[in-house]
Amino acid sequence: MSQYMLLLYNNEVDGAEQSAREAQFPLWRELNESLQSSGLLVASGRLHDAPSATTVRVRDDEATITDGPFAVTKEVLVGYYLIDSRDLDEALEVAARVPLARYGSVEVRPVMDVSELQARHEAAVGQA
Amino acid sequence: MSVSSERRPAREDRAAAAVAATFREERAAVLATLIRHVRDFQLAEDAVQDAFAAAIVSWPRDGIPANPGAWITVTARRRAIDRLRRDRSLSDRAERLAALLRLEEQEEPVLSEEGSIEDDRLRLIFTCCHPALDPPARVALTLRALGGLSTGEIARAFLVAEPTMGKRIVRAKRKIADAHIPYRVPPDEELPSRLRGVLRVVYLIFNEGYAASEGEQLVREPLCDEALRLGALLSQLMPDEPEVWGLLALMLLHDARRTARSDERGRYVALDDQQRELWDERKIQAGLRALERSVRLRRPGEYQLQAAITALHMQRAAGEPGWAQIAELYGALARLSPSPVVELNRAAAVGFAAGADAGLELLEPLLEDPALARYQPLHAAHAELLRRAGEPAAAAGAYERAIALSANAVERAELERRLQTLRAG
Repeated sequence: MSQYMLLLYNNEVDGAEQSAREAQFPLWRELNESLQSSGLLVASGRLHDAPSATTVRVRDDEATITDGPFAVTKEVLVGYYLIDSRDLDEALEVAARVPLARYGSVEVRPVMDVSELQARHEAAVGQA
Repeated sequence: MSVSSERRPAREDRAAAAVAATFREERAAVLATLIRHVRDFQLAEDAVQDAFAAAIVSWPRDGIPANPGAWITVTARRRAIDRLRRDRSLSDRAERLAALLRLEEQEEPVLSEEGSIEDDRLRLIFTCCHPALDPPARVALTLRALGGLSTGEIARAFLVAEPTMGKRIVRAKRKIADAHIPYRVPPDEELPSRLRGVLRVVYLIFNEGYAASEGEQLVREPLCDEALRLGALLSQLMPDEPEVWGLLALMLLHDARRTARSDERGRYVALDDQQRELWDERKIQAGLRALERSVRLRRPGEYQLQAAITALHMQRAAGEPGWAQIAELYGALARLSPSPVVELNRAAAVGFAAGADAGLELLEPLLEDPALARYQPLHAAHAELLRRAGEPAAAAGAYERAIALSANAVERAELERRLQTLRAG
């Protein structure tokens, strides 16, 4: 059995389009539940949008932190860590310890609290 | 004394003045504490805004409260509770509400935690200046949260369209929330680098205001004032940090010469040509006191050294000797944070302190650096030193190189004047 990470790419959309997509919430839940019951799901998460990203590089033992995602097309995603961390500072500390940070870049993206998404969805449904 | 005997406009004026004063003096502290309680920058900011809007209505009608800051704190907290009750999309809404309601039950919670209020303002500063935020966003957020400037005011000061600045601020606040940028003063091991980041933001705000003092005075001067207020606040909150005092000293010593550094036509006036009666003596004294506090902590840093150099330059312009000491301080600055600009200034100071030849010797390595070949100040300084060393032909060549590299018309005219004087003599 191998592990695969499925990276979901999406374009940023406006408010109306976004709510249309969020109306598909039950479809997502259905998929998640089916993957879970079949034992296929290791971990899944939805990331906050790209502007919430922070990129860490270590050069000459000095960690530099920049706002935003790492976006040079020649670099490709080669791995990932999913970690539990108290806050961004702790996550950045771990990112700076990743060996690849010394020659590549580590993009730190917060994973969305899905219960918040659910609450938002239910609030929207309640209003409708 | 009866209230009805008072003339209405006077009463309203006093209430409006009280709201304005409370906004200026208490807003940052109230906001900083509320952010800690509600764990949400945007919600806290909206609630504080609500509280001031309520004060504008109720203070003229009901009178100014005995403790305006406490009134705003309590009102802002209640507005935050109202907003949380309405906002059903937050998953930890109940938890936040419970925490706020517990605070409501406490008697006079504000007055009993003076120490933590100061910590809150520091937390707010460090959060606004967090390295995970885009540098322009750090500046905007600091001016907004700590200075209480509106988005429009910040946009005008940085010559950016208001919607652009608005987006920048909203995005930064969202990132703080989404990425969980912690609301805290960094631990000791991170403090030096994080404090450097904070001081850089404050100095950037100051320079943005100061560098533009020719021309757009009305728009930009508030930035200098705001940077000075932030510098003073930091020195009050972190009195054991020499660079905090060093930066405050540096800003005060520059700001003291704000009006003297441009003439009536808005043109730049060099230090040695400034009218010293235009210098603000009160600010100079405050700057020198801050410098002394910094030096007494016995840990020299960039800002402290720059402030000391500025103080010596001002004394020198007032007729006292100083070049030897200035050269020495530039040497210390070059060891601490080497840069071609510092080296150039050091060579110029040595040129005055120990003679043009000694200055020229220090300039050699800079002239050999191909990266500096088009650096105009280097050629201008080279020309001055060659002229004083008695080498007019070489000096003329250096002046011509400097003139060719001058982007600024005033600067070019001055260099051409010097070249002509040299050729005539």
